Amino acid sequence: MEHVDIVKMTGISKAFPGVKALNRVNLTVKKGEVHGLVGENGAGKSTLIKILMGAYQKDEGQIFVDGQEVEITGPSVAKQLGLGAVYQEITLAPHLSVGENFFLGKLPTKNGLVDWATVNSVARETLEQLDLDIDPRLRLKDLTVAQQEMVAIAKMVHERAKLVVFDEPTALLTTEETDQLFEIIRRLKEDGVAVIYISHRLEEIFRICDTVTVLKDGEWVGTLPVSEVDEDRLISMMVGRTLEDIYSIKRHKGQNVVLEVRGLTKEPRFRDISFELHQGEILGMFGLVGSGRTDVVRAIFGATKPDAGEITINGKRHNPESPQDGINMGIGFLPEDRKLQGLALKLSVQDNINLVVYPQIAKLGIIDGDEKKNRALRYIDELRIRTPSMVQRVDRLSGGNQQKVVVSKWLNAESEIFIFDEPTTGVDVGAKMEIYKIFEALTARGASIILISSYLPEVLGLADRILVMHEGNLAGIVGNDATEEEIMRLASGLDRKGTKEERV
Amino acid sequence: MNGNPKNATAQAARTRFKGSFIAEGTILVVFLVLFVASAIFVRGFFTPHNLSNLVRQASINGVIALGMTFVIVSAGIDLSVGSSVGFAGMLAALMMTRFGMGIFPAVLIGLIGGTLVGLVNGIVVFDGKVPPFIATLGSMTVVRGVIMLISGARMVSGLPRSFTNFAQLTVLGVPSLVLVWFSAAIVAGFIMRKTVFGRNIYAMGSNPEAARLSGINLRLNYYGIYAFSALMSSIAGIMLTMRLANALPTAGNGYELDAIAACVIGGASLNGAEGTIVGTVIGAMLMATLRNSGTLLGIDPFVLQILIGALIVVAVLIDQVQKHKQ
Repeated sequence: MEHVDIVKMTGISKAFPGVKALNRVNLTVKKGEVHGLVGENGAGKSTLIKILMGAYQKDEGQIFVDGQEVEITGPSVAKQLGLGAVYQEITLAPHLSVGENFFLGKLPTKNGLVDWATVNSVARETLEQLDLDIDPRLRLKDLTVAQQEMVAIAKMVHERAKLVVFDEPTALLTTEETDQLFEIIRRLKEDGVAVIYISHRLEEIFRICDTVTVLKDGEWVGTLPVSEVDEDRLISMMVGRTLEDIYSIKRHKGQNVVLEVRGLTKEPRFRDISFELHQGEILGMFGLVGSGRTDVVRAIFGATKPDAGEITINGKRHNPESPQDGINMGIGFLPEDRKLQGLALKLSVQDNINLVVYPQIAKLGIIDGDEKKNRALRYIDELRIRTPSMVQRVDRLSGGNQQKVVVSKWLNAESEIFIFDEPTTGVDVGAKMEIYKIFEALTARGASIILISSYLPEVLGLADRILVMHEGNLAGIVGNDATEEEIMRLASGLDRKGTKEERV
Repeated sequence: MNGNPKNATAQAARTRFKGSFIAEGTILVVFLVLFVASAIFVRGFFTPHNLSNLVRQASINGVIALGMTFVIVSAGIDLSVGSSVGFAGMLAALMMTRFGMGIFPAVLIGLIGGTLVGLVNGIVVFDGKVPPFIATLGSMTVVRGVIMLISGARMVSGLPRSFTNFAQLTVLGVPSLVLVWFSAAIVAGFIMRKTVFGRNIYAMGSNPEAARLSGINLRLNYYGIYAFSALMSSIAGIMLTMRLANALPTAGNGYELDAIAACVIGGASLNGAEGTIVGTVIGAMLMATLRNSGTLLGIDPFVLQILIGALIVVAVLIDQVQKHKQ
């Protein structure tokens, strides 16, 4: 007889040298249940999942699968037990075909040759079961991230997983793709698969989960039906603070226009974008993926060249040819992917902070060592960057501290306009609040901020005004008293009354 | 602020020492152990004559490896260095013998010609977006062909005495070629640690996009990196020609592998952003010491080759294990 509790973990503890990562944590996931797992970074979510998946060994506690106590001594054991996980970074082979990925390590053969007909037909069948229209002969890397994720899920369905863990699955997905993913999760649920769903985006927990377990600092805080909690309650369980606290920052918007953009165009990405940015202002920029938000700010900074339009900074015309021009005009650009674009991860805190100003603090190409040290120390001190030393490599710092290093780099370059592109993706609530404090400190100094964010409560909570884009067009600029619905309408190409705009 | 920065500076200074000690310490210890063991157990090793011979042998690979360090730290690779060695040497020799040029202008033309190879590498890598491995594999083959053409695939001899004698000179007992190597190493080390160009190389090796968005001119820096590498191998080419007193069309063949090995043994990572000049110099010394004492011990040269190959892998293994521990 099948047991209703697919997975039951009780009293799980795990210590790493110097850290107690988990302390007597419980987690029970029932058949056909979507179970949310939330907590700040470092709360122990991934450690718990890694123990379940056999990547780590527990120090204490018991794990039951289908009512039987099991010892998950390695990833292969977890797989045999029917436990699977979809990670944020897809763990399939990108250069192989979709079908090959389905059968990775166990390709069916016929007369000693790979039986491609079976590979492709089985893969196609499974994909169709999930209503996915993906050709199994395509190479995985030619698919979108969302499709790759779907393939990873389909593969687990094919392997008849009893429980699937989703670890931040929507981090790289658009809204529509997220909807599609949720549809598939619902389907898994109907088929009696148990799901563990990990996400920083609490609204997703409310959309998809039946039950939610909160962890904090390696401790089990509670497990509740989602219907009995609201977002405020969940956050206060996670951090011990309420929602209003999170976005409460002092406003410093002034009257002077520091940046004026007129008719900025770069086909096919965006066209005829005009707006003003005031001193001390936080201008939110909202739009769905593909709306061209990032392309606009990259053009202002000089990372790409616009086709037409005028940019004026503090009354001076700005025609950027390269990032260097943007930097000279006092713009600091903090790209969405800090690790890929914002930081030199293998270099020290000191090197990263001074990267932009090296030419200024050098004579005949030789860097002034004292100046370099003093500047690094100054910003480590001012922004309270938690680092054992200034020669620490930045890849050893936490997400919030890495963000501070990037901010220091631009403060050091005497930037007055800071462009933040999705500064809080993948960071927990605590680190988010630290980043918001940075915004407050920057505007207090008279700096202005353009804040691109896909998270509406964040944009509404922090920005003085919000610029909304839709498919490369400026859909409107609204005040921070606008409602989420109004903004979503603009971002979807509907005017505020709800009719689709006519486009010639 | 109250005294806090001072504390942090002291701490930072300590950490820097610790950092470089971890990076270069292991390989330095291995080198010293090998050196002392050779001095004690290998007859004829610890004599002034042999030691000066040893560093002289290390010097040519040592100079090439300096430029290679720049390229590897930038997350690239330069396979064309061996051809630059041959090209610069051949060019200088032909200028002296066929065109009767003086030593100084002939050497200068050799160096410029060799460095141009690097500049082309930089252009192909940056503007052509060709992976460095392929770009330099191509130029390695092309340049070797050019050497064969201009020399008619024949050795060029009859070089001026005053040119070839330079290789035999010593200053206070230190061979001239070694002096060239060490001076070049000091300059290269200074560039990497103290100049904007040097720090840019590390930044680009860690993350080229972050470097670009920080206002670093990637084009100029890539040109500079590959040109510097070619300049170093051109200097090595001149040194080799002096030492052999002839310009061989095959001179420098396969030298790229020794240079890469010296960098890697010295702690450079082919993934970029890691590696130092000090490490590379020790790496080159270590390889030369192993070869030298092996030869003195009468170890079969083929066995010696196996040992050096193993050393390269072990050096990287140790590095990986240490990183894993952290």
